[in-house]
Amino acid sequence: MAGTFRFELVSPERVLMSIDAEQVVVPGSDGEFTVLAGHVPVISTLVPGVLDVTAGGVHKRLFVKSGFAEVDPARLTVLAEKAYDVADMSAATIAAELKTAEAELAAAKDDTAKHMADTLIGELKRLSA
Amino acid sequence: MASLKDMRNRIASVKATRKITKAMQMVAAAKLRRSQEAATAARPYAERMATVLGSLASKVTDKNSASPLLVGNGKDQVHLLIVMTAERGLCGGFNSNIAKLARSDANRLIAAGKTVKIMTVGRKGADNLRRDLGRNIVERKDFQGVRQLTFAHAEGLAKRVREMFEAGDFDVATLYFSEFKSVIAQKPTALQLIPATVPEAAPDAAKGASAIHEYEPSEEEVLGFLLSRNISTQIFRGLLENSASFYGAQMTAMDNATRNAGDMINKLTIAYNRQRQANITKELIEIISGAEAV
Repeated sequence: MAGTFRFELVSPERVLMSIDAEQVVVPGSDGEFTVLAGHVPVISTLVPGVLDVTAGGVHKRLFVKSGFAEVDPARLTVLAEKAYDVADMSAATIAAELKTAEAELAAAKDDTAKHMADTLIGELKRLSA
Repeated sequence: MASLKDMRNRIASVKATRKITKAMQMVAAAKLRRSQEAATAARPYAERMATVLGSLASKVTDKNSASPLLVGNGKDQVHLLIVMTAERGLCGGFNSNIAKLARSDANRLIAAGKTVKIMTVGRKGADNLRRDLGRNIVERKDFQGVRQLTFAHAEGLAKRVREMFEAGDFDVATLYFSEFKSVIAQKPTALQLIPATVPEAAPDAAKGASAIHEYEPSEEEVLGFLLSRNISTQIFRGLLENSASFYGAQMTAMDNATRNAGDMINKLTIAYNRQRQANITKELIEIISGAEAV
């Protein structure tokens, strides 16, 4: 059994989660990566997607909407603007987020913003399916 | 001399006022606690962001290629003052202190030949500045009827600021808000938003972070992402500090008002009793002198 590390999920409003985790899958902008204890220090921006947290043998899936992750050997801090527990996400929440995402896509000026909104819509559709 | 009935009415009215100010003070105290909690809860995000931003920005050596959000667009002509105040009054000098600081800065900039644009957040600031700087107000926002400030509010403001900056509407942006020192002390503060004031990272931390961290996708992109987020974060911080300061100021103001009302009631009651006593004495004298005359 691998060691654990501190996983913190922080939103601008408050600390959403602070637990010892064994493994977290992070949707980085250069592709998903899995963080285990003793990971190389990385700072990465995130794309909209699902954080897959394994803590004490329990899986938890969290949906994050952009942000960035700071990885140290002993801790992982995810700063996300918005985060939901996938289990708690109702169809209505998803629909509301989808609506804002579509508005963002329509308003997006450059390719990066367009890509972000596009990914977001894709992820939301996958969740609602 | 006011009649006894008038005085009774007056005492009753001051008592009613005292009840209201007392209630407002207690409401402010409860809301202050909530605002303070919100401000404390928001701190980890801002701190983490500041650390990473600080260590990244210290590595920017080439001033020409760096993001204009960090180093500015090379000009210093048009200043945008974002003045954040409360939606309501009855809070002592809270709103006017912020407006005073913004006004003195605006006047200084105008005197130096710069163009000043003002964006007001909150109704009271707009009302205060409209009198002499009305022409400079380019934008008015308020959060009337908003119960709980969320990051989405700050994000909305930040988006507007970024758009204006990209459109070249201003060169330098400064945020005015009241820093929450304690319940009785609120300090009007000016914070330069664009170009960003980067917190000085502690030397060790900066060295450590830059030496060991890898950046994905690249340092520039992470920095660009952080800088644009930084605006929202700073505005959000300003909003939260402001709201805590507002309730602090209101609590103090209402506490004073309650005490003043109490003093006034005491004075009025003494005057009332004296008047009543005088009337009784006068009546007695009339009866006695009437009886003696017989």
